[in-house]
Amino acid sequence: MTQLALVIDLNVCVGCSACVTSCKEWNTSGPAGAMSDDNPYGKDPTGTFFNRVQTYEVGSFPMTETVHFPKSCLHCEDAPCVPVCPTGASYKRPEDGIVLVDYDKCIGCKYCSWACPYGAREFDEHEKVMKKCTLCVDRIYDESLPESERKPACVLACPTNARLFGDVHEPESEVSVAIREEGGYPLMPEWGTKPANHYLPRRKTRMHIHEDELVRADNPLKKEERGPSAPVAEPTLDDSTSW
Amino acid sequence: MHPAFSVIFLTTLIGVGQGLFLALFTGQSYSAVELLPSQDSTHFYGIGGFLALLFLIGGLIASVFHLGHPERAWRAATQWRTSWLSREVIALPLLMALVFVYAMMHYFAWDTVLFTSGTGARLQASLVVGTLGVIATFALFLCTGMIYACIKFLQEWASSLTVINYLLLGTASGFFFATAFSAWAAPELMRFYGIWTAIITLAALVTRLASLIRNNRIKHKSSIQSAIGVRHTKIVQKSQGAMGGSYNTREYLHGAPIWMFRSIKWVFLVLVFPVPLALLWLGLAQGSGALLLAGFIVQYIGLLFERWFFFAQANHPQNIYYGAV
Ligand code: SF4
Ligand code: SF4
Ligand code: SF4
Repeated sequence: MTQLALVIDLNVCVGCSACVTSCKEWNTSGPAGAMSDDNPYGKDPTGTFFNRVQTYEVGSFPMTETVHFPKSCLHCEDAPCVPVCPTGASYKRPEDGIVLVDYDKCIGCKYCSWACPYGAREFDEHEKVMKKCTLCVDRIYDESLPESERKPACVLACPTNARLFGDVHEPESEVSVAIREEGGYPLMPEWGTKPANHYLPRRKTRMHIHEDELVRADNPLKKEERGPSAPVAEPTLDDSTSW
Repeated sequence: MHPAFSVIFLTTLIGVGQGLFLALFTGQSYSAVELLPSQDSTHFYGIGGFLALLFLIGGLIASVFHLGHPERAWRAATQWRTSWLSREVIALPLLMALVFVYAMMHYFAWDTVLFTSGTGARLQASLVVGTLGVIATFALFLCTGMIYACIKFLQEWASSLTVINYLLLGTASGFFFATAFSAWAAPELMRFYGIWTAIITLAALVTRLASLIRNNRIKHKSSIQSAIGVRHTKIVQKSQGAMGGSYNTREYLHGAPIWMFRSIKWVFLVLVFPVPLALLWLGLAQGSGALLLAGFIVQYIGLLFERWFFFAQANHPQNIYYGAV
């Protein structure tokens, strides 16, 4: 069974919102119709987005760290938003696990958005239907695009490659390897929704330098009797090797 | 959650309609076994049935305002296998049809006695329709309650108390209306309905207080740590991905100042329980239909506040992502 998903690497996300704008650009130009955009250049701009980047500060000054956190539909494997829909407009595709809304069936009752613990669905105030990330279903299978571009718009736009796309059920896919080897985790695992999207944690690359790496115990300087160390007569490691 | 007026009116109005229908049916079954004097079909059960239908229609009209595309609402009956909302969409018109038939049978005296027992108890055709209506009424209460109770991460709602409160509060207001109605249409039933109204209102007080106490003690399972997956005790949101607010900040937060939120709890506790009960007692003592009607109206207004509070109190886990609001 295929389950397409995104893996978002919080370690490299710089919070530039390129994914937000490219997502909106791609999806507002599609056949499904425009996404609301009210007051875009005025006071209090608001509208429908499938993806938003939030920013958090972790810790207290001066020990703080900024975490940029992109948030879109996680295409849950056990999606609570689907069974509650009274019309069947919300559905999960069996063939690739993408959760979609059929805008022609949706009555705009908003019940599905109550049933998503992540707030990933947004009601379009102009079209009066529920919208959400489509995993760019209208891009990823489009054979008129070169194969390298058959990826979600946000993935292609990301300048730091913080967004990976692939099948999380295929053990050797890029996303599965990243989840397995880089500590990928799901959001709010307590609700058993089994999100398909995973996040990679912040990872610190630390260099550990021990003192004996700075001061060699068998420093040849001791031959010149600068060190207060062992008897000079004994051979050093350097004496006995051919360095 | 943000309380939507359409849903507040929908749930309170159909509650009165359902309760009123239960009251009429209870009265008719008591009189069928001669525990109560039987009433004029046309003026009591007929008109009463139409009034119950009016409340249900009022609720249906309110619900239309909640939908983005009401013209497609018929589709909402298709997913009854999985969705409580879909089940409600089926149960409500079904009940309306049964109440309509019940009211017509009485109003135009189409009723017939199907069976008379040796002791004189009569089984009328309208009682059979009424029994089906009672089943539909309870099914509708169950659906309405379960719409909220089945969302497990809305922890304030995810409890059987939600269903019980919808049932008892709706029934109490319907019986209250029946008491006031009987003051005009059937004065000998006034005391019977009044006593039931008091019993059901007190029962609702117990269960509503129980749910308030439960909700006060709730420990929310989700936290900012589980929401973004960072283990640190101090995490502060600096930006929420929208400048002028979004659907996420409009739909899931009640937006009222905390003093208002707290005072509405007391407003509804006073308006739904003690004031109507006092008016009920006075109305019964003086046999005054006006006082009873006033009691019903006060309780109904109280229920509007109660429903507002019910929605506002539910804390959706997605709000964790909007801590900066
Ligand atoms: S993230 Fe929300 S909208 Fe997306 S599949 Fe999961 S529950 Fe449904
Ligand atoms: S808003 Fe649309 S997709 Fe969501 S539950 Fe209602 S009908 Fe289904
Ligand atoms: S996969 Fe497509 S629809 Fe989903 S967030 Fe990315 S660009 Fe937007």
